[in-house]
Amino acid sequence: MLTVEANPIDCYLRVDRMPHIWCAGCGIGPAAGCFLRAIDRAGLEPDKVAVVSGIGCSGRVAGYIKLDSFHTTHGRALPFATGLKLGNPELNVVVFSGDGDIAAIGGNHLIHSARRNIDMTVICINNFNYGMTGGQMGPTTPLDARSATSPYGNFEYPFNLPYLVAACGATYVARWTVLHLRELERSIAEALVKPGFSFIEVLSPCPTVYGRQNKSPRGLDEMRSYKERSIIRDGADPKDVELSLNGTIVVGKFVDIERPTLWDCYQQMLDRANKSKKR
Amino acid sequence: MSKEEVLCGEFFMNGDMACAEGAISAGCRFFAGYPITPATEVAERMSERIPQLGGVFIQMEDEIASMNAILGASWAGVKAMTATSGPGFSLMMENLGLGVMLETPCVVVNVQRAGPSTGLPTLVAQGDMMQARWGAHGHYEIIALVPDSPQEMFDLTITAFDLSEQYRVPVLLMADEAVGHMSEKVVIPRINQKELVSRPRPKVAPEEYLPYDSREGLVTPMAIAGEGYRFHVTGLTHDDRGYPVMTAEAQDKLIRRLVDKIRLNAKEIIRCEEIDIDDAEVVVVSYGISARIARYAVQKARGEGIKAGLLRLITVWPFAEDRIRELAPKVKAFIVPEINYGQMVREVERCAAGKAKARLVPHMGGGVHLPETVLKAIREEAR
Repeated sequence: MLTVEANPIDCYLRVDRMPHIWCAGCGIGPAAGCFLRAIDRAGLEPDKVAVVSGIGCSGRVAGYIKLDSFHTTHGRALPFATGLKLGNPELNVVVFSGDGDIAAIGGNHLIHSARRNIDMTVICINNFNYGMTGGQMGPTTPLDARSATSPYGNFEYPFNLPYLVAACGATYVARWTVLHLRELERSIAEALVKPGFSFIEVLSPCPTVYGRQNKSPRGLDEMRSYKERSIIRDGADPKDVELSLNGTIVVGKFVDIERPTLWDCYQQMLDRANKSKKR
Repeated sequence: MSKEEVLCGEFFMNGDMACAEGAISAGCRFFAGYPITPATEVAERMSERIPQLGGVFIQMEDEIASMNAILGASWAGVKAMTATSGPGFSLMMENLGLGVMLETPCVVVNVQRAGPSTGLPTLVAQGDMMQARWGAHGHYEIIALVPDSPQEMFDLTITAFDLSEQYRVPVLLMADEAVGHMSEKVVIPRINQKELVSRPRPKVAPEEYLPYDSREGLVTPMAIAGEGYRFHVTGLTHDDRGYPVMTAEAQDKLIRRLVDKIRLNAKEIIRCEEIDIDDAEVVVVSYGISARIARYAVQKARGEGIKAGLLRLITVWPFAEDRIRELAPKVKAFIVPEINYGQMVREVERCAAGKAKARLVPHMGGGVHLPETVLKAIREEAR
């Protein structure tokens, strides 16, 4: 029998807090694992990595990671992370968030963070609903999907998150599902060292609440659907990657561009300020 | 700190600017804010001054973000401040609570204007005094200071930083439009850096560090991000390790400590100014701009032979309840002029406990009391 003494990423986990709260079949754990492996892959100094989360199932990631980690308020991970990063630009700041947290209650902070092109990495778990509170619809719930607050089918159009953040000025935008773990890990490693605002959307099963209400009651059902529906298209135009209830899932790296970061522009301003002081 | 960094000398400046200079003297090198009348001048001054010192000024997308940004900056080890007025103060309440829960040193300035809602954006009021005390949900204690002049906008901003670092709590500077916008002489002394207070720092190795180690006392040592402590903090109820614990016992232990670190140190924290109190039969209890009018009214009353005195609250929260309890049996009445329809007077009445009358002299906002209004109340109560 094969016995495993320790997982290679145990050094980055608060193992004294295990077991975690996530349901069987949930994709948050695998996505968090990709992030932790990506820290080494990207060659980061772990003591300089800080993780900030908001509220929700994905918000709990910060609590299991043995790095400087902040579990803040609902939707507010990004402005908290903004202060943290500007307070110490040497930190590599990672925001782990859910779709409702970052695109609904925190939506204003999302567009402004992307606009500023602040140097940080956002890993956004999109499970198409509010899992923690029992499966209500949110800003990413596909049209017609069932949820605890859309019992007759969702009547709102969802956000296309890659299109949104790309339009706002993010310099790195990708989407994967938790079926694409290798690609996801590689993508996170790229994003961690990419200057500017990096945003990775990770589609994840939520069998307990979203899946159960939408004919995929087991995590495997959703994974199978990812396998059947997804197509890798690096460089796809973000406006063409809209998601729907049963349609194609376009995954890949959509945006990887260069643009001065907020800190670059701030340094230029400091130079101007100090020149005018000398005069 | 080099000579050029902090202005020294005598200046004619308004309260908002003096507040910004006070922050700089206190070592504040991070400001996040959002424009709002009548606090905008604080942000404008900071946007000019902080880059000269190599610090960070950032205008956030709203006051919710501003409050969060100063919390993040504080956890990066930088002294941080924001400034706002009523509508923005309301938006800050959510994450003021986070600041209390994470025990994050920072300073929040509220240059009060008349409300509710948009109210009178350009005109004075003191209507947010209870919001300062109870504005975020849940039970907690907070420190709030009230300046009565541009000079105190400077001085108390430094005090606010010191207290926030000492007790690891957001400190509120509850100014008002009149004090924020009036220009007076402000003396900026050379600040001795060694006299400024810094948060308690961990003395143990990272493996032994607990973010909320209650064995250390009521105020626990604070690590900052990037130093290798690899700590976790959360807005959830947590134990000494900073880990969430969803029990009544954990809640009891945490909330008692958060409250007691202020409550049991109230004597150290509270500052008041007292004028002619010793033999006073009528004591005016006031704060901020209203206290300046009260001071004049008390002087006038003394001129008329009335034994009147002034108790000016510099610290409003925690409330100077011991002093009111001491005075209550000795005086006929407390008179409380404030620019609201009765907020701090409730505290005075509670502590007077029927031993002396507590009389409100209200002003609904948009202006200040006439000295005659306060004087009339003093005369009536002295009879």
